[in-house]
Amino acid sequence: MRAASAQRMEDAATGIAIRNVSHSYGPAGHGVLALDRISLDIGDCEFHCLLGPSGCGKSTLLYLLGGFIPVQSGQIVTPKGVVTGPGPDRSIVFQNFALFPWKTVRDNVLYGLKKAGFAADERARRAQEYIDLVHLTGFEDSYPSQLSGGMQQRAAIARTLAVDPRILLMDEPFGALDAQTRRVMQEELRAIWRRSRKTVVFVTHDVQEAVFLADRISIMSARPGRIEHIIDVDLPKDRGEEILEDSQFIQLSEQIWRLVREQAIAATRGAH
Amino acid sequence: MAATAPAPMPSAGSPRLYHLAGTLLRYAPVAVLFIVWDLLGRTGLISRQMLPDLADIFSAFTTMLLSGDLLYNSARSISRAATGLGLAVVIGIGAGLLMASFRPVRLIVNPIVQLFYPMPKSALIPVVMIWLGLGDSSKILLIFLGCLLPVVVGTYNGAKGVNPFLLWSAASLGASRAQVMREVVLPAAMPDILNGCRTALAFSFILMVSSEFVIATDGVGYMISSLGDGGLYPAMFAAIFFVAAIGFAADRLYAALVRRLLRWREA
Repeated sequence: MRAASAQRMEDAATGIAIRNVSHSYGPAGHGVLALDRISLDIGDCEFHCLLGPSGCGKSTLLYLLGGFIPVQSGQIVTPKGVVTGPGPDRSIVFQNFALFPWKTVRDNVLYGLKKAGFAADERARRAQEYIDLVHLTGFEDSYPSQLSGGMQQRAAIARTLAVDPRILLMDEPFGALDAQTRRVMQEELRAIWRRSRKTVVFVTHDVQEAVFLADRISIMSARPGRIEHIIDVDLPKDRGEEILEDSQFIQLSEQIWRLVREQAIAATRGAH
Repeated sequence: MAATAPAPMPSAGSPRLYHLAGTLLRYAPVAVLFIVWDLLGRTGLISRQMLPDLADIFSAFTTMLLSGDLLYNSARSISRAATGLGLAVVIGIGAGLLMASFRPVRLIVNPIVQLFYPMPKSALIPVVMIWLGLGDSSKILLIFLGCLLPVVVGTYNGAKGVNPFLLWSAASLGASRAQVMREVVLPAAMPDILNGCRTALAFSFILMVSSEFVIATDGVGYMISSLGDGGLYPAMFAAIFFVAAIGFAADRLYAALVRRLLRWREA
């Protein structure tokens, strides 16, 4: 499994190269180590899931990729160079509450498009296209507070997808959705990714979600976070609901579930 | 930034007349207060000097209104209050945002704010008089100083409390630091800013009237004190009621403005 990641080293210039990244929270010297010397290469146009028990630092790793928190040690390199701060080449969808509450759905989606410098009519066209894509047609002029949690999350996804970032970062974006919406959104995300060919780094603690979505899965250890296993998901590229019944899918999910469970058990033991 | 079309808001669904009746009923206790006032005067329990006949107050009010005295002096007062308040809002929001974004600014300004916040600003009336004399500028400065800190504190608290995911979202969509400040921090802090401004609005009226008691030759505060000195109590009360009505109207207008600006919060 580790051989696969080594083979992807040459993709680093076009993908994402994470080199020896450690991160701790709290006062320097007495902080809690959240990430311990993470090295990982994510290929160009790869759909990569970071999977692990809560508190394993997978969101921290994503925020470092996004440039939202400064890299303390090690280095992260993307096609745009070494990550030193946030940028529109790496757009993010958070789990919750990241829409601008004073803007309507349409104005939220338009915000990134304005920043990206699209002409006014192109902005309007794209905004509508992505609002339609996430099935919010008819809610363009609603404020986030007037929408359900699932609708808000779809609007946030539309806002991020509309700017067509080269790298798409997702922090448990479907975590707050009900089971049906979640399934539909997963299928659509996979389909959008197949069409647009971007690199996706997707954080989740849901094994089935990871297997359904990813090309490769990094399984992280409990705190301090390390990458314990990297699993290639050798499933058909086009995945629909039927794949959930596929014996290969089920087998892989069970294998990964056992690996994650080990980490989760280690986490509860380590906590005492 | 500008919203395209206002979102459909759930209407109260009640006819206008019904709404008016509700408003009248809500303020009924005020009418009771006036009836008690009138009764206390009629029974002679309290002298007419202390609580003049409401009819006398009303006729004094009409006289002053028709002569233009009341409107002229009110306009003078309001222009001072509006200038001081306006400066405080603009400078206060700027200072609050700077405090929230830059640690050195916060370290310098915070102790000063904490020390001066609880100080009654009317204590500065003699000071501004010495500094700037008897003209408008001394009263404007006083009102400005009194209104500044509630705006600074409101803005600072609002800006400090902005959900970091909003800031990160904007940054990852390509917003610069200055754009994040203007387009995210400012609107996100708006509820707190508007709260601070409401306190400042009330302070501006208090300081407007109290400074005119001491240093002025016109304005409603000056009117009230000079009518009182001259023993013209019904006219004095008329001026007091009038300034109270202006204050009430300003507060209601402000509340309507806030509702409009924060439309996005209601759902």
